[in-house]
Amino acid sequence: MEDLSGILKNHPFLKDLDENYLQQITSCASNVVFKENDIIFKEGDEAKSFYLIRSGKVALELNGREKGNVRILTIGSGQILGWSWIVSPYKWHFEAHALEDVNAIALDGKCLREKCEEDPKMGYEMIKRFTQILEQRLRSTRMQLLDVYGKS
Amino acid sequence: MEKILEKRIDTMQLDPMIPLRAKVKKIFWETEDVFTFELVYDEENRRDFSFKPGQFNMLYSFGVGESAISISSDSDKHGSVLHTIHKVGYVTSALSKLKKGDIVGLRGPFGSSWPLDITKGRDVCIIAGGLGLPPLRPAIYHIFKHRKQYGKVTILYGARSPRDIMFPVELEAWKKKHDVQVEVTVDRADSTWRGHIGVVTTLLSYTELDPEKTTAMICGPEIMMKYTVDELMKNNISDKNIYVSLERNMKCALGFCGHCQYGPSFVCKDGPVFSFSNVTDIFEIREL
Repeated sequence: MEDLSGILKNHPFLKDLDENYLQQITSCASNVVFKENDIIFKEGDEAKSFYLIRSGKVALELNGREKGNVRILTIGSGQILGWSWIVSPYKWHFEAHALEDVNAIALDGKCLREKCEEDPKMGYEMIKRFTQILEQRLRSTRMQLLDVYGKS
Repeated sequence: MEKILEKRIDTMQLDPMIPLRAKVKKIFWETEDVFTFELVYDEENRRDFSFKPGQFNMLYSFGVGESAISISSDSDKHGSVLHTIHKVGYVTSALSKLKKGDIVGLRGPFGSSWPLDITKGRDVCIIAGGLGLPPLRPAIYHIFKHRKQYGKVTILYGARSPRDIMFPVELEAWKKKHDVQVEVTVDRADSTWRGHIGVVTTLLSYTELDPEKTTAMICGPEIMMKYTVDELMKNNISDKNIYVSLERNMKCALGFCGHCQYGPSFVCKDGPVFSFSNVTDIFEIREL
Protein backbone atom coordinates (compact mmCIF):
# COMPACT_ATOMS: atom_id res chain seq x y z
CA MET A 1 0.00 0.00 0.00
CA GLU A 2 1.32 3.42 -0.95
CA ASP A 3 2.24 5.59 2.04
CA LEU A 4 1.21 9.21 2.50
CA SER A 5 4.46 10.74 1.28
CA GLY A 6 4.28 8.57 -1.87
CA ILE A 7 0.72 9.71 -2.55
CA LEU A 8 1.64 13.35 -1.97
CA LYS A 9 4.71 13.10 -4.18
CA ASN A 10 2.59 11.82 -7.06
CA HIS A 11 -0.18 14.38 -6.71
CA PRO A 12 0.00 16.96 -9.56
CA PHE A 13 -0.12 19.85 -7.09
CA LEU A 14 3.09 18.76 -5.38
CA LYS A 15 4.89 17.52 -8.49
CA ASP A 16 8.69 18.08 -8.37
CA LEU A 17 8.54 19.51 -4.85
CA ASP A 18 11.78 19.45 -2.86
CA GLU A 19 12.03 16.25 -0.78
CA ASN A 20 12.54 18.20 2.48
CA TYR A 21 9.40 20.24 1.91
CA LEU A 22 7.51 17.08 1.06
CA GLN A 23 8.48 15.58 4.40
CA GLN A 24 7.32 18.71 6.23
CA ILE A 25 4.01 18.63 4.37
CA THR A 26 3.54 14.92 5.02
CA SER A 27 3.74 15.59 8.76
CA CYS A 28 0.61 17.79 8.38
CA ALA A 29 -1.28 15.29 6.19
CA SER A 30 -3.89 12.62 6.82
CA ASN A 31 -6.06 10.38 4.69
CA VAL A 32 -9.76 11.25 4.63
CA VAL A 33 -12.82 9.70 3.06
CA PHE A 34 -16.17 11.37 2.42
CA LYS A 35 -19.33 9.57 1.45
CA GLU A 36 -21.57 10.75 -1.36
CA ASN A 37 -23.66 13.77 -0.21
CA ASP A 38 -21.41 14.47 2.81
CA ILE A 39 -20.86 18.15 3.53
CA ILE A 40 -17.07 18.63 3.59
CA PHE A 41 -17.20 22.20 4.83
CA LYS A 42 -19.72 25.01 5.20
CA GLU A 43 -19.54 28.71 4.34
CA GLY A 44 -18.36 30.72 7.35
CA ASP A 45 -16.76 27.78 9.17
CA GLU A 46 -13.10 27.91 10.09
CA ALA A 47 -10.90 26.75 7.20
CA LYS A 48 -8.83 24.25 9.13
CA SER A 49 -7.58 22.20 6.18
CA PHE A 50 -7.33 21.91 2.46
CA TYR A 51 -7.66 18.77 0.41
CA LEU A 52 -5.82 17.05 -2.39
CA ILE A 53 -8.53 15.07 -4.14
CA ARG A 54 -7.48 11.54 -5.11
CA SER A 55 -10.79 10.26 -6.42
CA GLY A 56 -14.43 11.31 -6.55
CA LYS A 57 -16.06 14.62 -7.23
CA VAL A 58 -16.84 17.60 -4.98
CA ALA A 59 -19.26 20.45 -5.73
CA LEU A 60 -18.55 23.97 -4.52
CA GLU A 61 -21.71 25.91 -3.81
CA LEU A 62 -22.38 29.51 -2.96
CA ASN A 63 -25.38 30.36 -0.86
CA GLY A 64 -27.35 32.83 -2.94
CA ARG A 65 -29.73 33.44 0.01
CA GLU A 66 -33.17 33.83 -1.65
CA LYS A 67 -31.78 32.07 -4.76
CA GLY A 68 -30.74 29.07 -2.72
CA ASN A 69 -27.45 27.27 -3.20
CA VAL A 70 -25.78 27.92 -6.55
CA ARG A 71 -23.34 25.29 -7.74
CA ILE A 72 -20.34 27.07 -9.22
CA LEU A 73 -17.59 24.52 -9.70
CA THR A 74 -16.81 20.86 -9.37
CA ILE A 75 -13.43 19.59 -8.28
CA GLY A 76 -12.17 16.11 -8.97
CA SER A 77 -9.25 13.77 -9.01
CA GLY A 78 -5.85 15.50 -9.09
CA GLN A 79 -7.29 18.87 -8.07
CA ILE A 80 -7.13 21.02 -4.96
CA LEU A 81 -10.10 21.80 -2.73
CA GLY A 82 -9.81 24.92 -0.59
CA TRP A 83 -7.45 27.84 -0.31
CA SER A 84 -9.02 29.76 2.58
CA TRP A 85 -6.59 28.08 5.01
CA ILE A 86 -3.87 30.40 3.68
CA VAL A 87 -5.81 33.69 3.72
CA SER A 88 -6.75 35.41 6.96
CA PRO A 89 -9.30 35.17 8.64
CA TYR A 90 -9.24 31.52 7.51
CA LYS A 91 -12.98 31.09 6.91
CA TRP A 92 -14.62 29.11 4.11
CA HIS A 93 -16.40 31.23 1.52
CA PHE A 94 -18.27 28.34 -0.05
CA GLU A 95 -19.92 25.10 0.87
CA ALA A 96 -18.37 21.90 -0.43
CA HIS A 97 -20.22 18.66 -0.68
CA ALA A 98 -19.32 15.29 -2.06
CA LEU A 99 -21.16 14.37 -5.26
CA GLU A 100 -19.59 10.93 -5.14
CA ASP A 101 -17.54 9.00 -2.58
CA VAL A 102 -14.33 11.00 -2.22
CA ASN A 103 -10.83 9.90 -1.24
CA ALA A 104 -8.55 12.77 -0.36
CA ILE A 105 -5.52 13.85 1.61
CA ALA A 106 -6.36 16.52 4.18
CA LEU A 107 -3.59 18.98 5.00
CA ASP A 108 -3.84 20.74 8.33
CA GLY A 109 -3.81 24.47 7.58
CA LYS A 110 -2.50 25.64 10.96
CA CYS A 111 0.29 23.07 10.91
CA LEU A 112 1.27 24.06 7.38
CA ARG A 113 1.12 27.81 8.11
CA GLU A 114 3.48 27.31 11.04
CA LYS A 115 5.93 25.38 8.89
CA CYS A 116 5.75 28.05 6.19
CA GLU A 117 6.49 30.75 8.81
CA GLU A 118 9.48 28.76 10.03
CA ASP A 119 10.80 28.16 6.51
CA PRO A 120 9.94 31.12 4.25
CA LYS A 121 11.42 29.36 1.18
CA MET A 122 8.94 26.56 1.62
CA GLY A 123 6.25 29.18 2.30
CA TYR A 124 7.10 30.93 -0.97
CA GLU A 125 6.97 27.61 -2.85
CA MET A 126 3.51 26.92 -1.45
CA ILE A 127 2.34 30.46 -2.29
CA LYS A 128 3.60 30.06 -5.87
CA ARG A 129 1.68 26.82 -6.29
CA PHE A 130 -1.50 28.17 -4.73
CA THR A 131 -1.28 31.36 -6.79
CA GLN A 132 -1.41 29.23 -9.93
CA ILE A 133 -4.57 27.55 -8.66
CA LEU A 134 -6.09 30.92 -7.78
CA GLU A 135 -5.17 32.37 -11.18
CA GLN A 136 -6.75 29.40 -12.98
CA ARG A 137 -9.93 29.65 -10.89
CA LEU A 138 -10.12 33.42 -11.44
CA ARG A 139 -9.69 33.01 -15.22
CA SER A 140 -12.29 30.27 -15.26
CA THR A 141 -14.76 32.37 -13.31
CA ARG A 142 -14.22 35.28 -15.73
CA MET A 143 -14.83 32.93 -18.65
CA GLN A 144 -18.05 31.75 -17.02
CA LEU A 145 -19.09 35.39 -16.54
CA LEU A 146 -18.51 36.01 -20.26
CA ASP A 147 -21.18 33.42 -21.00
CA VAL A 148 -19.27 32.50 -24.16
CA TYR A 149 -21.86 30.02 -25.38
CA GLY A 150 -24.77 32.45 -25.05
CA LYS A 151 -26.29 34.30 -28.01
CA SER A 152 -23.99 37.09 -29.13
CA MET B 1 -34.82 15.86 -72.28
CA GLU B 2 -32.83 13.60 -69.93
CA LYS B 3 -29.61 14.49 -71.75
CA ILE B 4 -30.37 18.18 -71.51
CA LEU B 5 -31.01 17.77 -67.80
CA GLU B 6 -27.75 15.85 -67.26
CA LYS B 7 -25.87 18.55 -69.11
CA ARG B 8 -27.51 21.19 -66.94
CA ILE B 9 -26.50 19.37 -63.77
CA ASP B 10 -22.91 19.04 -65.00
CA THR B 11 -22.81 22.76 -65.68
CA MET B 12 -24.18 23.48 -62.23
CA GLN B 13 -21.61 21.22 -60.63
CA LEU B 14 -18.88 23.04 -62.45
CA ASP B 15 -20.02 26.39 -61.16
CA PRO B 16 -19.68 26.47 -57.38
CA MET B 17 -21.59 29.76 -57.22
CA ILE B 18 -24.84 28.12 -58.32
CA PRO B 19 -26.81 26.47 -55.51
CA LEU B 20 -28.38 23.08 -56.07
CA ARG B 21 -31.85 22.35 -54.77
CA ALA B 22 -31.85 20.17 -51.66
CA LYS B 23 -34.90 18.85 -49.88
CA VAL B 24 -35.40 18.86 -46.11
CA LYS B 25 -35.85 15.19 -45.24
CA LYS B 26 -35.94 15.56 -41.45
CA ILE B 27 -35.63 18.26 -38.81
CA PHE B 28 -34.54 17.53 -35.24
CA TRP B 29 -34.54 20.19 -32.54
CA GLU B 30 -31.39 19.58 -30.49
CA THR B 31 -32.07 22.36 -27.97
CA GLU B 32 -34.41 25.35 -27.67
CA ASP B 33 -32.59 27.24 -30.45
CA VAL B 34 -30.45 24.66 -32.25
CA PHE B 35 -31.82 22.33 -34.89
CA THR B 36 -30.42 19.76 -37.30
CA PHE B 37 -31.52 19.41 -40.92
CA GLU B 38 -31.14 16.20 -42.82
CA LEU B 39 -30.92 17.24 -46.48
CA VAL B 40 -31.13 15.20 -49.64
CA TYR B 41 -30.73 16.49 -53.17
CA ASP B 42 -34.09 16.68 -54.89
CA GLU B 43 -35.08 14.44 -57.79
CA GLU B 44 -33.84 16.84 -60.48
CA ASN B 45 -30.22 16.78 -59.44
CA ARG B 46 -29.79 13.62 -57.43
CA ARG B 47 -26.15 12.95 -56.61
CA ASP B 48 -24.02 11.86 -53.69
CA PHE B 49 -22.87 14.15 -50.96
CA SER B 50 -19.14 13.94 -50.53
CA PHE B 51 -17.20 16.00 -48.01
CA LYS B 52 -14.30 15.87 -45.59
CA PRO B 53 -14.82 16.27 -41.82
CA GLY B 54 -14.56 19.97 -40.94
CA GLN B 55 -15.89 21.32 -44.24
CA PHE B 56 -19.02 23.45 -44.61
CA ASN B 57 -21.81 24.11 -47.08
CA MET B 58 -23.55 27.36 -47.99
CA LEU B 59 -27.27 26.98 -47.30
CA TYR B 60 -29.62 29.34 -49.10
CA SER B 61 -33.02 30.25 -47.75
CA PHE B 62 -34.86 31.48 -50.85
CA GLY B 63 -35.56 35.19 -50.74
CA VAL B 64 -33.65 35.66 -47.48
CA GLY B 65 -29.99 34.82 -48.00
CA GLU B 66 -27.15 32.37 -47.60
CA SER B 67 -25.27 31.21 -44.56
CA ALA B 68 -22.16 29.07 -44.09
CA ILE B 69 -23.06 26.01 -42.04
CA SER B 70 -20.65 23.27 -41.05
CA ILE B 71 -21.51 19.67 -41.83
CA SER B 72 -22.27 17.53 -38.78
CA SER B 73 -22.84 14.11 -40.34
CA ASP B 74 -20.71 11.06 -41.08
CA SER B 75 -18.55 11.70 -44.16
CA ASP B 76 -18.78 8.02 -45.11
CA LYS B 77 -22.56 8.24 -45.56
CA HIS B 78 -23.32 9.84 -48.90
CA GLY B 79 -27.10 9.67 -49.30
CA SER B 80 -27.87 12.70 -47.17
CA VAL B 81 -26.10 15.35 -45.18
CA LEU B 82 -26.71 16.83 -41.71
CA HIS B 83 -26.34 20.46 -40.74
CA THR B 84 -26.70 21.55 -37.12
CA ILE B 85 -27.78 25.17 -37.03
CA HIS B 86 -28.02 27.81 -34.31
CA LYS B 87 -31.06 29.99 -34.86
CA VAL B 88 -29.46 33.41 -34.41
CA GLY B 89 -29.89 35.61 -37.50
CA TYR B 90 -32.24 36.23 -40.44
CA VAL B 91 -31.07 33.31 -42.55
CA THR B 92 -30.91 30.75 -39.77
CA SER B 93 -34.30 31.91 -38.43
CA ALA B 94 -35.78 31.51 -41.91
CA LEU B 95 -34.19 28.05 -42.20
CA SER B 96 -35.64 27.09 -38.82
CA LYS B 97 -39.16 27.68 -40.16
CA LEU B 98 -38.80 25.20 -43.00
CA LYS B 99 -40.69 21.93 -42.86
CA LYS B 100 -40.09 18.42 -44.13
CA GLY B 101 -40.18 18.47 -47.93
CA ASP B 102 -39.25 22.15 -48.25
CA ILE B 103 -36.37 23.14 -50.52
CA VAL B 104 -33.15 24.99 -49.71
CA GLY B 105 -30.31 26.00 -51.99
CA LEU B 106 -27.02 24.27 -51.27
CA ARG B 107 -23.48 25.01 -52.43
CA GLY B 108 -20.43 23.14 -51.29
CA PRO B 109 -18.63 21.52 -49.69
CA PHE B 110 -16.05 24.23 -49.10
CA GLY B 111 -12.94 24.77 -47.04
CA SER B 112 -10.19 22.83 -45.34
CA SER B 113 -10.75 19.79 -43.14
CA TRP B 114 -9.53 18.35 -39.85
CA PRO B 115 -6.04 16.79 -40.24
CA LEU B 116 -7.18 13.19 -39.90
CA ASP B 117 -4.65 11.78 -42.35
CA ILE B 118 -1.53 13.31 -40.84
CA THR B 119 -2.81 12.48 -37.35
CA LYS B 120 -2.76 8.74 -38.01
CA GLY B 121 -0.63 6.99 -35.39
CA ARG B 122 -0.94 9.92 -32.98
CA ASP B 123 -3.08 10.60 -29.91
CA VAL B 124 -6.04 12.88 -30.59
CA CYS B 125 -7.58 15.34 -28.17
CA ILE B 126 -10.83 16.84 -29.41
CA ILE B 127 -11.99 19.89 -27.50
CA ALA B 128 -15.36 21.44 -28.28
CA GLY B 129 -17.32 24.27 -26.75
CA GLY B 130 -21.05 24.80 -27.26
CA LEU B 131 -21.88 24.60 -30.95
CA GLY B 132 -18.29 23.63 -31.68
CA LEU B 133 -19.24 19.98 -31.32
CA PRO B 134 -21.23 19.63 -34.60
CA PRO B 135 -18.25 20.58 -36.85
CA LEU B 136 -16.10 18.08 -34.94
CA ARG B 137 -18.64 15.25 -35.01
CA PRO B 138 -17.65 14.05 -38.52
CA ALA B 139 -14.03 13.83 -37.33
CA ILE B 140 -15.15 11.83 -34.28
CA TYR B 141 -17.14 9.44 -36.50
CA HIS B 142 -14.11 9.03 -38.74
CA ILE B 143 -11.77 8.28 -35.82
CA PHE B 144 -14.21 5.76 -34.36
CA LYS B 145 -14.55 4.06 -37.74
CA HIS B 146 -10.77 3.85 -38.13
CA ARG B 147 -10.02 3.52 -34.42
CA LYS B 148 -6.89 1.36 -34.80
CA GLN B 149 -5.19 4.06 -36.87
CA TYR B 150 -5.12 6.45 -33.88
CA GLY B 151 -3.59 6.32 -30.42
CA LYS B 152 -5.30 7.57 -27.28
CA VAL B 153 -8.52 9.48 -28.05
CA THR B 154 -9.93 12.09 -25.69
CA ILE B 155 -13.06 14.18 -26.20
CA LEU B 156 -13.57 17.18 -23.92
CA TYR B 157 -16.80 19.11 -24.29
CA GLY B 158 -18.10 22.22 -22.54
CA ALA B 159 -21.61 23.62 -22.80
CA ARG B 160 -23.48 26.50 -21.23
CA SER B 161 -25.85 24.35 -19.16
CA PRO B 162 -27.09 20.72 -19.16
CA ARG B 163 -30.01 21.59 -21.44
CA ASP B 164 -27.61 23.19 -23.99
CA ILE B 165 -25.52 20.04 -24.44
CA MET B 166 -25.37 18.97 -28.08
CA PHE B 167 -25.98 15.31 -28.96
CA PRO B 168 -26.36 14.13 -25.31
CA VAL B 169 -27.42 10.63 -26.31
CA GLU B 170 -24.36 10.18 -28.51
CA LEU B 171 -22.06 11.60 -25.84
CA GLU B 172 -23.39 9.02 -23.38
CA ALA B 173 -22.81 6.26 -25.95
CA TRP B 174 -19.27 7.50 -26.62
CA LYS B 175 -18.57 7.52 -22.85
CA LYS B 176 -19.36 3.81 -22.76
CA LYS B 177 -16.68 2.97 -25.32
CA HIS B 178 -13.64 1.46 -23.64
CA ASP B 179 -11.10 3.09 -25.97
CA VAL B 180 -12.06 6.74 -25.65
CA GLN B 181 -12.17 9.18 -22.74
CA VAL B 182 -15.12 11.55 -22.84
CA GLU B 183 -15.54 14.36 -20.30
CA VAL B 184 -18.40 16.86 -20.35
CA THR B 185 -18.69 20.03 -18.31
CA VAL B 186 -21.18 22.87 -18.10
CA ASP B 187 -20.70 26.49 -17.08
CA ARG B 188 -23.74 26.46 -14.83
CA ALA B 189 -26.15 23.91 -13.46
CA ASP B 190 -28.55 23.25 -10.62
CA SER B 191 -28.18 20.52 -8.04
CA THR B 192 -29.80 17.86 -10.25
CA TRP B 193 -26.69 17.85 -12.50
CA ARG B 194 -24.14 15.27 -11.30
CA GLY B 195 -21.46 16.00 -13.89
CA HIS B 196 -18.62 18.52 -14.01
CA ILE B 197 -19.16 22.26 -13.60
CA GLY B 198 -16.55 24.70 -14.84
CA VAL B 199 -15.07 25.87 -18.12
CA VAL B 200 -13.93 23.33 -20.67
CA THR B 201 -10.23 23.91 -19.93
CA THR B 202 -10.74 22.49 -16.42
CA LEU B 203 -11.32 19.11 -18.07
CA LEU B 204 -7.69 19.03 -19.19
CA SER B 205 -6.73 18.18 -15.61
CA TYR B 206 -8.63 14.89 -15.93
CA THR B 207 -6.51 13.59 -18.77
CA GLU B 208 -2.82 13.13 -19.39
CA LEU B 209 -1.70 14.35 -22.79
CA ASP B 210 1.64 13.31 -24.20
CA PRO B 211 2.99 16.56 -25.71
CA GLU B 212 5.06 14.67 -28.28
CA LYS B 213 2.25 12.44 -29.49
CA THR B 214 -0.89 14.55 -29.18
CA THR B 215 -2.74 16.47 -31.88
CA ALA B 216 -5.52 18.72 -30.58
CA MET B 217 -8.55 19.76 -32.63
CA ILE B 218 -10.55 22.62 -31.15
CA CYS B 219 -13.82 24.22 -32.14
CA GLY B 220 -15.96 26.70 -30.24
CA PRO B 221 -16.23 30.42 -29.58
CA GLU B 222 -12.93 32.15 -30.32
CA ILE B 223 -12.35 33.20 -26.72
CA MET B 224 -12.85 29.60 -25.60
CA MET B 225 -10.33 28.45 -28.23
CA LYS B 226 -7.83 31.09 -27.09
CA TYR B 227 -7.94 29.88 -23.46
CA THR B 228 -7.81 26.26 -24.58
CA VAL B 229 -4.76 26.87 -26.78
CA ASP B 230 -3.07 28.66 -23.84
CA GLU B 231 -3.67 25.65 -21.60
CA LEU B 232 -2.47 23.17 -24.22
CA MET B 233 0.69 25.18 -24.80
CA LYS B 234 1.28 25.28 -21.02
CA ASN B 235 1.23 21.49 -21.32
CA ASN B 236 3.99 21.76 -23.95
CA ILE B 237 1.84 20.85 -26.92
CA SER B 238 3.32 22.58 -29.97
CA ASP B 239 1.21 25.06 -31.95
CA LYS B 240 1.95 22.89 -35.00
CA ASN B 241 -0.11 20.13 -33.43
CA ILE B 242 -3.05 22.33 -32.48
CA TYR B 243 -5.84 22.90 -35.02
CA VAL B 244 -8.68 25.40 -34.66
CA SER B 245 -11.81 25.96 -36.73
CA LEU B 246 -12.59 29.62 -37.28
CA GLU B 247 -15.86 31.27 -38.17
CA ARG B 248 -16.31 34.46 -40.17
CA ASN B 249 -19.08 36.08 -42.20
CA MET B 250 -18.82 34.43 -45.62
CA LYS B 251 -20.39 35.32 -48.93
CA CYS B 252 -18.83 33.61 -51.94
CA ALA B 253 -17.11 30.79 -49.98
CA LEU B 254 -14.46 30.64 -52.69
CA GLY B 255 -11.99 33.33 -51.67
CA PHE B 256 -13.19 35.84 -54.30
CA CYS B 257 -15.16 38.39 -52.33
CA GLY B 258 -12.89 38.96 -49.35
CA HIS B 259 -15.65 39.04 -46.72
CA CYS B 260 -13.88 36.43 -44.61
CA GLN B 261 -10.35 37.69 -45.07
CA TYR B 262 -8.23 36.77 -42.06
CA GLY B 263 -4.82 38.39 -42.34
CA PRO B 264 -3.21 36.84 -45.41
CA SER B 265 -5.81 34.05 -45.56
CA PHE B 266 -9.46 33.57 -46.36
CA VAL B 267 -11.40 31.55 -43.81
CA CYS B 268 -13.64 30.05 -46.52
CA LYS B 269 -10.82 28.84 -48.74
CA ASP B 270 -7.75 28.40 -46.52
CA GLY B 271 -9.87 27.50 -43.46
CA PRO B 272 -12.10 27.06 -41.62
CA VAL B 273 -9.63 24.58 -40.11
CA PHE B 274 -6.20 26.11 -39.54
CA SER B 275 -3.09 24.80 -37.90
CA PHE B 276 -2.60 27.16 -34.99
CA SER B 277 1.00 27.67 -36.07
CA ASN B 278 -0.37 29.42 -39.18
CA VAL B 279 -2.53 31.87 -37.25
CA THR B 280 -0.57 32.36 -34.02
CA ASP B 281 0.46 35.92 -34.88
CA ILE B 282 -3.00 37.08 -35.90
CA PHE B 283 -5.19 35.12 -33.50
CA GLU B 284 -4.86 37.79 -30.81
CA ILE B 285 -5.73 40.69 -33.11
CA ARG B 286 -9.27 41.64 -32.24
CA GLU B 287 -10.04 43.57 -35.41
CA LEU B 288 -9.51 40.58 -37.69
